[in-house]
Amino acid sequence: MTAILTNLFDGVAYGMLLFVLACGLAVTLGLMNFVNLAHGAFAMAGGYICAVLVNQQGWPFFAALPLAFVSAAAIGIVLERTLYRHLYTRSHLDQVLFTIGLTFMSVAAVDYIQGSSRVFINLPAALQGQFDLFGVGIGRYRLMIIIICGLLTIALQLVLAKTRFGSRLRAAVDDPRAASGLGINVPQVFAFTFAFGCGLAGLGGALSAEILGLDPYFPLKFMIYFLIVVTVGGSSSITGPFLASLLLGIGDVAGKYYVPKMGPFVIYTMMIVILIWRPNGLFGRTAAR
Amino acid sequence: MSAASDVGYHAQRHARWHYGEVAFWLIVLACGFVFPSRYLIMTDIVRLALFAMSLDLILGYAGIVSLGHAAFFGVGAYGAGLLALHGIINEPVIALVVAGLAAMVLGFATSFLVIRGVDLTRLMVTLGIALLLEALAERFSNITGGTDGLQGIEMQPIFGTLAFDMFGKTGFFYSVAVLFVLFLLARRIVHSPFGLSLRAIKNNPLRAAAIGIPVNRRLIAIYTLAAFYAGIAGALFTQTTAIASLDVFAFERSADLMLVLVIGGTGYLYGGLIGAVIFRILQEWFSTITPQYWQFWIGLVLVVIVLVGRQRLHRWVLFVPNLIIKQVAGRKAVVAVPEGDA
Repeated sequence: MTAILTNLFDGVAYGMLLFVLACGLAVTLGLMNFVNLAHGAFAMAGGYICAVLVNQQGWPFFAALPLAFVSAAAIGIVLERTLYRHLYTRSHLDQVLFTIGLTFMSVAAVDYIQGSSRVFINLPAALQGQFDLFGVGIGRYRLMIIIICGLLTIALQLVLAKTRFGSRLRAAVDDPRAASGLGINVPQVFAFTFAFGCGLAGLGGALSAEILGLDPYFPLKFMIYFLIVVTVGGSSSITGPFLASLLLGIGDVAGKYYVPKMGPFVIYTMMIVILIWRPNGLFGRTAAR
Repeated sequence: MSAASDVGYHAQRHARWHYGEVAFWLIVLACGFVFPSRYLIMTDIVRLALFAMSLDLILGYAGIVSLGHAAFFGVGAYGAGLLALHGIINEPVIALVVAGLAAMVLGFATSFLVIRGVDLTRLMVTLGIALLLEALAERFSNITGGTDGLQGIEMQPIFGTLAFDMFGKTGFFYSVAVLFVLFLLARRIVHSPFGLSLRAIKNNPLRAAAIGIPVNRRLIAIYTLAAFYAGIAGALFTQTTAIASLDVFAFERSADLMLVLVIGGTGYLYGGLIGAVIFRILQEWFSTITPQYWQFWIGLVLVVIVLVGRQRLHRWVLFVPNLIIKQVAGRKAVVAVPEGDA
């Protein structure tokens, strides 16, 4: 029983992490119908920046996290303004090729600068080890992830539901043409959201070094996970991707624990079955129109 | 001239063999005699060309974007490897066809998943299938040899007479022969009414359905055929290198294949063949400059191609040849840019 609860806890932490990593992609796909396979590269950038700051510059971990967010967002907005925006009207094939190219470049570049081995971030002592809560083993680091990601999710939901920017964004997602007809500057809304999504990915990358492992092949290894979250969750709200991430996280942890020999088999089968059953994603409208 | 016969006339004119095509194949054959020390890399190019042609059939003609074409390549590779390793079918040509058929069965089974949904769902499903097969191959390591791959494959002579030699001469001519036969088949198919209906589907599925083309059935047929081609390419890989490892399913293989096709251009069959040559030369060149980081430059090539625009790039490349053709054979013989946008 306690093993199940511990697994559930780990799965939730994993799922939350996936959500923070992938929700930027949901917006990119939903708003601009843009297939961005390079999303993981921004996460990797954030992770490596955090690692360098903590390990080499001696920054405290919690000070490095916001910087991972800011720098990934900065890289995101620069690339969006210089490269990405030319491709919104292109075919999906062009977008796929372009972003695969970017991914390859980021993998080789990080390999060149940082080496190909896995990177660990030195964690403060307060985050290491685990404690028992009613017999359930709770990892401190995972608990922190759940708290941070949970707060972020609530904040995102509030921003989307309550603020003016949120309603502009939702309008633009629902119907970009009508939204721009109403005077909403859709490209600007998109640029902001893109940068914010990249920032979140960067933060997620920094947080995930401990759990998912951070090496130059990160964008390729986890690309499929991000895509699963988005295609299964849909993009009409952030609840869809959120639930999809939780499902994926819990499913993956449980799959690895109970049927370790099947490896990633469980996840891929689940994804294909869901896509056959509901080609438009589990929750509402699909990301791509 | 009525509209129908006009269309027929143009279709037939396109289907006729041009001098350029004959010259192309003569050059391919001549390469086998001119560079006897380079058989291994030339065989590699021929295999890649066949694989790219397979993707061209679904991407260039039917407009299906696939990120997991390596799945069929892998099934063909392991199929041929297992057949040879356990001595089930010793004759390479029959084994080749059987391995291709195995991939074809998988292609047929998965085509029903692929024709559902939009581009993004297709990307995901094709990618998912390739990853799934990779996971399966790793899981059943008692059959596939796991991460070590299939080892100790010994190929029997082709037709019982032509033995594979260590310089790869037999392998090269064998691969070229297979490529040529399959090319003839593909050429026949894409110029048939069936092939023309595929183009109609690619341009506008709704309109194609409205004029009575059974869209889904056509897509299933071409996807299955492309899977057969990819399976043959995979089987050739195993037969000429005598190894099959997990990386036959790798995502990089599918991604590289896209690049090959993009370099060569889609929708006229030669794109894959020309692209394979250029891609391999580029790869060799990059890996001599930076052995470990050649992927960076491959990525850069992709980004630049997309930013410049594929159509424009092909126009530039064809500019000089067209100037010459215009002088020699008149204005009408100019090579047009293939209408290759998917």
